Amino acid sequence: MSYITATTLDDVLDALADGPASIIAGGTDWFPAQGDRAFSGTLIDISRLSELRGVTKTDTGWRIGAATTWTDIINADLPPAFDGLKQAAREVGSVQIENTGTIAGNLCNASPAADGVPPLLTLDAQVELTSLKGARCLPVAGFLQGVRKTDRAAGEILSAIYIPDAPAGSHSSFVKLGARKYLVISICMVAVLVTIQDGFVSDMRISIGAASPVAMRLAALEDALRGLAVKDAADAVTNALIHGLTPITDVRASADYRQAAAAPLIRRAITLALEGAT
Amino acid sequence: MMDKPSANAFASFTLNGEVAQVEPKVGERLSFSLRERLGRKDVKIGCNAGDCGACTVLVDGAPVCACLMATQQATGRNVETLAGLVKADPDAQALMESFQHHQAAQCGICTPGMMVSAVALLREVPQPNDAQVQDALGGVLCRCTGYRKIIDAVVGAHAAADLIEAPTELGHNARRFDGLAKVDGSEKFGDDVASADALVARVIRSPYPAATFTFGDLDAWQAKHPGIETILTAKDVPGLNAFGVIPGFIDQPVFAVDHVLYRGDAVACVVGVSDAINGLDLDLFPVEWTPQMILSDIDDAIAPNAPLLFEGRKGNIMCGGFVQCGDADAALDAADVTVEASYKTSFVEHGYIEPEAGYAEVVDGRLHIHACTQASGMDRESLAQILNMPMADIRVVPTAVGGGFGSKIDLSLQPFIALAALKTGKPVRMTYTRNETMKSTTKRHPAQIKIKIGARSDGTLSGLTFDGDFNTGAYASWGPTVANRVPVHASGPYHITDYRARSRAVHTHCPPSGAFRGFGVPQSAIAQETAFDLLAAKLGIDPLEFRLKNALTDGVPTVCGQVFEQGVGIKACLEALRSAWDGAKDDCASFNATSTAYKRGVGIASAWYGCGNTSLPNPSTIKAGLRADGTVVLHQGAIDIGQGSNTVIPQIFAKALGVSISGVTMLGADTDITPDAGKTSASRQTFVSGNAALKAGEVLRGEILRQANAGPDAVITLADGQVQVTDADRTQTLDLSRLEPNAEGYVLMAQETYDPPIKPLDENGQGVPYAQFGYAAHLVVVEVDIALGLCKPLRFVAAHDVGRAINPLLVEGQVQGGIAQGLGMALMEEYIPGRTENLHDYLIPTIGDIPPIETLILEIADAHGPYGAKGLGEHVLIPTAPAIFNAIYHATGAKVTHAPATPTRLRAAWKEAGHA
Repeated sequence: MSYITATTLDDVLDALADGPASIIAGGTDWFPAQGDRAFSGTLIDISRLSELRGVTKTDTGWRIGAATTWTDIINADLPPAFDGLKQAAREVGSVQIENTGTIAGNLCNASPAADGVPPLLTLDAQVELTSLKGARCLPVAGFLQGVRKTDRAAGEILSAIYIPDAPAGSHSSFVKLGARKYLVISICMVAVLVTIQDGFVSDMRISIGAASPVAMRLAALEDALRGLAVKDAADAVTNALIHGLTPITDVRASADYRQAAAAPLIRRAITLALEGAT
Repeated sequence: MMDKPSANAFASFTLNGEVAQVEPKVGERLSFSLRERLGRKDVKIGCNAGDCGACTVLVDGAPVCACLMATQQATGRNVETLAGLVKADPDAQALMESFQHHQAAQCGICTPGMMVSAVALLREVPQPNDAQVQDALGGVLCRCTGYRKIIDAVVGAHAAADLIEAPTELGHNARRFDGLAKVDGSEKFGDDVASADALVARVIRSPYPAATFTFGDLDAWQAKHPGIETILTAKDVPGLNAFGVIPGFIDQPVFAVDHVLYRGDAVACVVGVSDAINGLDLDLFPVEWTPQMILSDIDDAIAPNAPLLFEGRKGNIMCGGFVQCGDADAALDAADVTVEASYKTSFVEHGYIEPEAGYAEVVDGRLHIHACTQASGMDRESLAQILNMPMADIRVVPTAVGGGFGSKIDLSLQPFIALAALKTGKPVRMTYTRNETMKSTTKRHPAQIKIKIGARSDGTLSGLTFDGDFNTGAYASWGPTVANRVPVHASGPYHITDYRARSRAVHTHCPPSGAFRGFGVPQSAIAQETAFDLLAAKLGIDPLEFRLKNALTDGVPTVCGQVFEQGVGIKACLEALRSAWDGAKDDCASFNATSTAYKRGVGIASAWYGCGNTSLPNPSTIKAGLRADGTVVLHQGAIDIGQGSNTVIPQIFAKALGVSISGVTMLGADTDITPDAGKTSASRQTFVSGNAALKAGEVLRGEILRQANAGPDAVITLADGQVQVTDADRTQTLDLSRLEPNAEGYVLMAQETYDPPIKPLDENGQGVPYAQFGYAAHLVVVEVDIALGLCKPLRFVAAHDVGRAINPLLVEGQVQGGIAQGLGMALMEEYIPGRTENLHDYLIPTIGDIPPIETLILEIADAHGPYGAKGLGEHVLIPTAPAIFNAIYHATGAKVTHAPATPTRLRAAWKEAGHA
């Protein structure tokens, strides 16, 4: 039972190799999950790990370190393809949550309603998992395996998120549906990344969260919208093109409602992304 | 290099400008360290989950929830809390002024979180607009104010230096006399008063809605856990192992003996030193449960052959209520138009940000209880029975109350800490967790209502029948009061000559339903007021005109046959809404002409509410005295739970005495100091305790004038320890030294009691249930997002007849706070036992959910009210939900019959109305 303030990534890896431990950064999911029970394990605090903090440009895209907070993302100077991610950052919780909570923690917590996931899916993001054995990268969709379930092995830390450069002319949006204005767990949320060339949709990426155990891209819908004139894109969204949702009924909404809300939410997210483009 | 674990034993940081060093446990929250190790009780804990923001502090200038930060994470950082900020930070000091001026703090429990968040905003944006304030404060929940005054206070903070304080006299917007402590972090709530050496107590509660149980080897378990001083169970209760609030319905055990009736029923209490108790895993407490059949709702409970929760309460019907006049069936048969409708409402959680907390100690052989409560007198009576102690040996000192709304009228933790302190002989504290308060304390009754209303073609009402079943949960609490109140009020403030209303309180294995702002009337008003709009639509009559045509007036009997010759203010309330109504109808029509995705609608609803107990005695006593040093002391026992009795009662008293408030010292509430001013409930304090204060002021005034041999119009002046009496041109100073002080040190004293004049109801509910009613009508404009079933209220206009506004700004505060709770009940609040026992699955409105509210204060004086004043506290949320539902109906044609109108339900209602 100990509290370890890591100052290098090696600190974390050594500590993880020593036995079971919880990693905290913002603690915004860890403390609520802990509740009022006493804690008798080991905590590895990565919030001071400067090498894991911040958003930086790479040769082919962007790297978001695992200790990067939502507020860091909001304040980062990023291209319009990140507008959706920034909007998700603003709506993930309160200012208090955004000031300490991290996007990497949002992934590791693996809630079906994690607001960070749909924008990362549209950005084709990859996660980097590091252990004493080395690092491996895999797509977000492969990392998230189910409700509260990820591919992270014991001994591994999600060390960074890598996002490839989006094509020029890409714009993005995020629309969150909740039963109140602030501090609300999403009933459903949609992220869109659209690339425009000469008035036509050259690429369209759409993902939806809280309508399946893990947020998902809507490939059939994306295919159907690619190549359309920009002005026709939103209206082309139909229920028939939205495949594979498996929404549940919970205290926030019924499964039927979630299913029905998908199309209008997607239309709005597309419209919003296109507004950013003009 | 990594810091080795041992190097992390200490956390050292700057706290409010000074170095602080603590030795936290692994996984210890900064909020815990600040409060328990560093004494920073201005940091409040409401949820320990980041859901309420009460614990907001600044870390290197950024607002964070101290409950979500490990203490070690603060190492080397600059931590600022409200109490530190107000000492030197100019923004915090401006906010102190502005919060007091706008009465932005009611109970005050959220205020530290609000103000600290606002400081961070003002440092970035010195003159923010409403939207910026909402974004910055969106993470802090408030259950009292409705947020609008908080927005006003933050927006206006930059100009705080120019604020002019309102006069303190009756009728003016005096700042709260107890307001400073709420904005400087010094207010002491239930969890803020324990001595540092107090033992800590935790309750073992049932995880099952229905079960039998047996204990394992408690002694062995205790022996395995050093630091536990005692384990309390039913056998440790020396007196009556039961509590309740209504004679004949004292049925909730302090500790269940062999079976439990809801999730949260207490079976044992573990008491020990804080480290030992905080380290326990209560799930491992040795008790074996055998689950039993669960009656989870009304239909389960009234089914034939359902098991009984209580022998003798046949069919699980605890009690009922009935009011009848004329012949409702015949009138409905004779009606030209009728409407029949069924409604369901849900459990609503009070959602105060302060979980129950308190502290008990034995002092000179007497028991002292310091706890958040709405009813110190009733607490004392119940404790005397439970403990088998004389009342005189029990002192109940209410702490500041971080919101109550009805639930803190009932006992919660008081019996546990009392028994623990008496058994151990040591001081004992207890604080409910968020989960525990939501699991174990009372709720608003879910209702199932059938209503039928008729009218003649000219719009005159012709018959109303009402049948309401109320899920009263496992124990009685205030269920009988709900059952009695509802049939009296279910007519609304209208003249209905032929009426029959029945109610039943039905036991289930749910948390006890109890008192919650309105005692069942908000539920019945949803049915009656929305059915009125259906009827008006069928008649082709404007909903406002329909209400005006049928509204009660002076001299017209209520459904109980009670005739008020004066003071009936509902027509004035409705008339006050007319221009807003006409304008809003036009605005909605023009908006809807071009909008398809969003539709707007306007709705109105009326309310009335009888102040004080229903046909039962309901006295308040207020004492005041003049000391030989010239000080006037007011013993003010009407507990202020944020609504403002610490301001209103002195304003009334000072007016009656004829002096400035600055010369009056206030004491209380405290059962050793203040005579019983009754419970803070039933919208009775301004009315009932206000009358007692008025009488006490008048009697003391008479005594003073008699000493001066002055006439009734003489002026009394308190100044510099002297009492001067000016009668015509003659001013004299009383020689207080020649008067003999009484045992309490008063040379002159008055103690007066007021009990409203009521009469019992007969078997048909005919009689005089209340000495006065207050009246209200709300108007709301909503915008409905058709595809998603989202309803967004855009603005409210609230007309309230308060008889006389003792403090108009406090009236606005009550109205805005009530509307926020009504809005929550209408649109988002649904407590489900076992599933929503936290503040992220159970949603209450945030600062972004409450639109601007215009309050129209009407003063139709009441003959019984102090200076004409009427009660207000509960009236304020009764019309809100039906007004919203009527607005949704106006906007979309969707009939909301199941509250709350969540997006799922609203969309379903819209489809049911025949849309795609």
